[in-house]
Amino acid sequence: MSADVTSGAVTLTSKQLARRRRRAGRARAWRLFRRSRTGMAGLCVLVFFVAVALLAPVLASESGLSVTQADGPILAPPSSEYWLGTDANGRSVLTLLIWGARISLFVGLMATLISVLIGTVVGLTSGYFGRWVGAVLFRLTEWFLVIPFLPLAIVLATVLGRSLLNIVIVIGVTSWPGTALLIRSQVLSIKERPYVERSRALGAGHRHLLGKHLLPNVVPIVFANTTLAVAVAILSETTLSFLGLGDPTRVSWGSMLDDAYSIGAITTGSWWYFVPPGVCVVLVVLAFTLVGQALEEVLNPKLRDR
Amino acid sequence: MTVAAADPAAAAAEAAQPRRRRSGYGRYAGVKVLGALGSLLFMLVVNFFLFRVLPGDPARTLGRGRLSTPEQLEEFNRTYGLDQGLGEQFLTFLKNTLQGDLGYSILYHKNVSDILVERLWPTLLLVGGSTVLAAVIGIWLGIRAGWDRSSRFDRFTTGGSLTLYSMPEWWLGLLLIAAFAVGIGPLPGIFPTGGLHSVDVDPTSLQGVLDTLWHLVLPVTTLTLAYLADYALIMRSSLIDELRSDYLTTARAKGLRDARVRDKHAVPNALLPTTTVVSLNFGFVVAGAITVETVFSIPGLGLLTTEALAVPDYWLLQGIFMLSSATVIAANLGANLLYGWLDPRVRT
Repeated sequence: MSADVTSGAVTLTSKQLARRRRRAGRARAWRLFRRSRTGMAGLCVLVFFVAVALLAPVLASESGLSVTQADGPILAPPSSEYWLGTDANGRSVLTLLIWGARISLFVGLMATLISVLIGTVVGLTSGYFGRWVGAVLFRLTEWFLVIPFLPLAIVLATVLGRSLLNIVIVIGVTSWPGTALLIRSQVLSIKERPYVERSRALGAGHRHLLGKHLLPNVVPIVFANTTLAVAVAILSETTLSFLGLGDPTRVSWGSMLDDAYSIGAITTGSWWYFVPPGVCVVLVVLAFTLVGQALEEVLNPKLRDR
Repeated sequence: MTVAAADPAAAAAEAAQPRRRRSGYGRYAGVKVLGALGSLLFMLVVNFFLFRVLPGDPARTLGRGRLSTPEQLEEFNRTYGLDQGLGEQFLTFLKNTLQGDLGYSILYHKNVSDILVERLWPTLLLVGGSTVLAAVIGIWLGIRAGWDRSSRFDRFTTGGSLTLYSMPEWWLGLLLIAAFAVGIGPLPGIFPTGGLHSVDVDPTSLQGVLDTLWHLVLPVTTLTLAYLADYALIMRSSLIDELRSDYLTTARAKGLRDARVRDKHAVPNALLPTTTVVSLNFGFVVAGAITVETVFSIPGLGLLTTEALAVPDYWLLQGIFMLSSATVIAANLGANLLYGWLDPRVRT
C-alpha cells in the first residue's frame, strides 16, 4: 500500500492527489450512509417522488389540470377510472397530485438553493472577517433568526405579489439565518487551525484562504444542512399556498389543500381530496429530514452514537 | 498569586483577564438588553420600508377605499407625515408607533392597536395552553425515550415525533376536524367544527366557560401535537448528551437507584437547552397559530392575519407583524436572561 503511494507521488500532482483523496472520502461517506436504515428509507422515498415529478408528462396528461377540459364527475370517490377520486371541477386527484409534486419539489429545491447561497455567503463572511463587518452581519443574522417566519413571509408575499418565482424568493430570503449561524461557527473554529495560519504566514490572500481552505471544509456541513432545509422549504410552500399566497395558475400540494378546504371537502367528508396531498407532503418532508439526519451522522462523528 | 507576581507579563494578563471573564450577570444582561433594543429598532426600520416605500403610493395602498376626496387624502398625508421627506416620515412613524398608534384598519374601521388588544386573548388562551401542555408532555416523553435509548418506547416516540414534525399543523387540524367534528361514516362527530363558543351561551357563565373549553379541545390538541415533537426531540438529545458524564457514574457508584440518578442528576442538567427552547417558543405565541386559528375559526390574531390578508389591509398586517416581532424579541431576551442566570458559563 505504502509503496503504491510513494511510487504514485512521483507522477501525481497535488491536484490529482487531492482529487483521489476526495473520491475516497465520498466512497467512505456513502458506505457509512448505507448503514443507516432510516436514511436509506428516506432516500428511496425521495427517489420515488423525484421520478414521479420528472415523469409527470408520461404518467398523466397535462390537459388533466385544466378546469375547462375536465370531464369527470364532481367530487367522486375513488373508482377504477379515478384511483383517487375527482375534485370539485371533475379533475382527477391523482393527476393533480403527480403534477403537484413538480411544483412542490421545484419550489422546495429552488428556495433552499437561494437560502443556502445567502446563508453560506453571510456565514463565511461574518465568520472570516472579524471586526465590524462580521459583527454587523452577525446581528443581521440573529435578527432574521428571531423574526417570526410566517408573518414575515406573509408580509413579503403580499407586497411582492403572487407568482411561482416570488414564493421561491420569499421562502429563500426568510430561511437562511440557520445556515449562516451554522457556517459562521464552523468558520470561526477552522480559521484558527494551524494549517490556515501556515497558509496565511506564507502570504495567502483572502480569496485563497476562503476558497481553498474555509469553503471546502464547510461544504459537507452545508450539504447535510441543505437536505434538512429542503424539508422546511416544502412545508413553508405548503402553508403559504394554503393561505392563498402561492401562484394561482399552478397546482401544488399546498394549493390542492387550499382548494379542498375552500370548497368544504372537510365537512362533506371528501377525504380523497384533502388526505393524499397532505400524506405526500408528510412523506417527502419526513424523507428529506431522515436523509439529512443520516448525512449529519455520517459527516459528524460526534452524533453517531445517538 | 506568587507565581503571577514573579512574572510581570503574566500578572498583567491576569489583571486584564478577570474583568472580561468574571463579567457579572449585570453586564451580561445589559449587553442582551441593548441587543434586543437594536433588534427592535431594526424591525421598525424594516417595517417602515416594507410598507411605505415598496408598494407604490402609500396613501392609496394604506388607506385604500377610505380616502375618496382630495381633502381626506391631504389630511391623511399630514397625519402620517407622508408629505414630508423620508427622514421626517420615519421620525413620525417612530413617534406614532411608540405612542401606540399603529394606524387605521380599513377592514374594521377601527384603530389597529384596539383590534390587536381585542384579538390577543383567544390566541393567548389557545397557544399559551398548548405550549404548556406540549412542554410538559414533550419533556416527559423525551426523558423516557432518551434514558432508555433504542428501546421500543424510544423508537416509537422518535418516529412519532419526526412524523408530527414533518406535518403541516393545520393539515393535522383538518384531519382532526374530519374525524372528530364531522365524523367518519356512521360515527358522528362530537366536537364543534370551529369557533370559540356557541352563539346561544353566555361566555361568562360557568356553562359558557365549559363550552369554550369544549370548543378548544380540538385546536389545543392539534397545536400540542405539533409543538411537542420539538420538545421531545430536544429533551431526548440533550439527555443523551449527559448520559456518559462522570457525575452520573459517581451517582451510580454511590448506589443510587436508576430512577433517582435520572431525576435528580441527569434531568436537571439536560433541562437547560429545553428551557431555552420553551421560553423562546412563548415568543411565537402570537405568530404561531395563524393557520390553526384559521382552520378552527378561532377569533384570535391568527385568524385576523388571514382576514387582513384577504383584503389586503396593509396597516393591520403591519400591526400584527410588529406585535409578533416584538413578542419574539422580548421572549428571546427573556430566554437569554434566564439561560445566563441558570448557566453562568454562557456569560462571556
